[in-house]
Amino acid sequence: MNKRIQQKQLAQLISAHFKEIIRQPAVIFWGIFFPILMALGLGIAFTRQADIVRHVAVIENNHSFAKNKNEASQINAFLENHADKMRPSADKPPQYKITLADKKLGNTTFVFKETTWRHAMVLLKRGNLSIIMDEENGRIEYHFDPLNTDAHFSYLKLSKIFGQNDAVIEENLESVVPLTVHGTRYIDFLIPGLMAMGVMMSCMWGMSYGMIDKRSKKLLRRMVATPMKKSYFLISLMTVRITMNLIESALLFLFAWLVFHITIEGSLAGLLAIFIAGNIAFGGIAIFISCRTANTEVGNGLVNAVVMPMMVLSGVFFSYHNFPDWSIPVIQKLPLTLLADGLRSIFIEGAGFTEIMIPTAILLSIGFFFFSVGLRFFKWH
Amino acid sequence: MKKNPVIEVKNVFKSFKNVQAVNGVDFKIFKGQSVALLGPNGAGKTTLMEMIEGIQKPNKGDILIMGRKWKGNERELHRDIGLSLQETHFIDRLTVFETLKLFASFYELKRQRVDEIIRIIGLAEKTRSYVVNLSGGQRQRLALGIALLNDPKILLLDEPTTGLDPNARREIWSILMDLKKHSRTSLVLTTHYMEEAEQLCERIIIIDKGRILKQGTLEQLLKEDNDDKIIEFALDESNRPIDRISNPSGFQIQWDADRDTGVIVLKQIEKQLPEFLNFLNQNNLRLQHLECRRKTLDDLFTTMTGRRLHE
Repeated sequence: MNKRIQQKQLAQLISAHFKEIIRQPAVIFWGIFFPILMALGLGIAFTRQADIVRHVAVIENNHSFAKNKNEASQINAFLENHADKMRPSADKPPQYKITLADKKLGNTTFVFKETTWRHAMVLLKRGNLSIIMDEENGRIEYHFDPLNTDAHFSYLKLSKIFGQNDAVIEENLESVVPLTVHGTRYIDFLIPGLMAMGVMMSCMWGMSYGMIDKRSKKLLRRMVATPMKKSYFLISLMTVRITMNLIESALLFLFAWLVFHITIEGSLAGLLAIFIAGNIAFGGIAIFISCRTANTEVGNGLVNAVVMPMMVLSGVFFSYHNFPDWSIPVIQKLPLTLLADGLRSIFIEGAGFTEIMIPTAILLSIGFFFFSVGLRFFKWH
Repeated sequence: MKKNPVIEVKNVFKSFKNVQAVNGVDFKIFKGQSVALLGPNGAGKTTLMEMIEGIQKPNKGDILIMGRKWKGNERELHRDIGLSLQETHFIDRLTVFETLKLFASFYELKRQRVDEIIRIIGLAEKTRSYVVNLSGGQRQRLALGIALLNDPKILLLDEPTTGLDPNARREIWSILMDLKKHSRTSLVLTTHYMEEAEQLCERIIIIDKGRILKQGTLEQLLKEDNDDKIIEFALDESNRPIDRISNPSGFQIQWDADRDTGVIVLKQIEKQLPEFLNFLNQNNLRLQHLECRRKTLDDLFTTMTGRRLHE
């Protein structure tokens, strides 16, 4: 077969796969708009500090909120003097609200609700609140799980408020300097992770599931009953997927640049190299896991078996350094971790081509290994 | 004309786990011949066809296509063969034209051939329609068009009209009959429709349980009992169930429980029909329906296996 004809075959296959993808409106939504929406949601949630609202249960005693002010307990007396009184409805007991204003870190609001011990425990178990206040022999007691950092945070703030009777209900945090410079924000961490995850998901679901589906519908069988070059079919599939991933990631970056002013600190060539290596790695894995089965249910399970552990472990949304120390070296060798860490090093740390050479080489090796094994055992019929 | 067979199946066996799908099959197909592999579902037709197509390998025996084995000759043989599998789905969101163009690129064909095929399969008005929006008959015509793209020397069609309505089926037949008129392509098709085999093929191979029961032209197959006539009858509901009727002497009634009809093969209809009517009268049996006709392939199959082709 001469070269021009081979190119025509490949061009037709690429064109067919490309049309197959872009003519599905859902693909455009899930591939392009969904990651952007996710970036927007998480970016706003973790970049702009919203008000923190915490509910506190105050245990009922003989000096409940509603009773004579002279008989009121320390807690009640404090709340009467310093908190805003709210009455959700006529038949419900009043609630109190204290807001600690803080322009730097965001306001913290405590909502106090009087209740029985039993009901307070129910609310605690449901996660509606994390701290309970009670009074014993004129001393305020705080009940909370010491391992719960959120409860600890509430305790520190509440004990500070209730410790000063003439409380100035405003935080004085002149010594706190919030880090909001580019590269240190959560969104800077998140965007490369989302790109890496997009590559993995797109390859694993788009390629693996697509091939299994084509096999189950006997399309693969029909195509290889022609003089089509088999490797061209797989190469065209990978080419289209890499192109789509490039477009999706470029749009995600464009959005993050416009909205969150994300920048690429390191080498652009390095970024392209590790990005393509990541695509080849996941493309190879996708071909490997879909090389035999014709059952889409089995395919579903296989894709999930590969994708789920990496989604959890590879630090797409939050750092994997919170996992036990012994597991970190293993996690760092997962393809998704290699890709996400490599992208982050270029985006945030300003890494150059040489710094990402090793992860790029590992990703390429993973890709070629799984591609070769997958092709060897590939079932066309 | 019939010196060298284009397809030669030599003592072929194929089994899957505990099922013997093909059990020692031998036949030859010559250039320009149209041959039907006729049999009920599960007879082994598709397995046999897939071995001819090179998709499956026989456990024993040989299959030669134009004198060549599949192994080592795949690329050349794929150029000479056109095929349509049982139930192929193409890419949903490609148009008819794009689908044909894609397959044409595999055979190094130009656009002119794609246009020609669109005309042959009668899908000119659907060239821009996505495959997913085609009816079952149109999809089958597209599959046939793809099979014809390379102007194949051998055309292999696996149940080309199964599941289609009578009109769609006739459209496929018409394309194939046109092809027979204008080309020297050898055609092999599998079917369980007796009419399809009769209409499209001059030679019929009847298969059941992986074995060839009988083969030849339609005339040859029916020749042995050419004088036999068939009476098919139904009785009034009050005369059912059928076990009330004992077989009359002189002829054997075969009951079709699904259709509630009886079938009798008569050697001398002129003599035996009055006897049968007399038998009904004597037993107080009232006819609802009576039909007298020539023996068909279906009757032949029923005689040989005790089952009907459609079962």
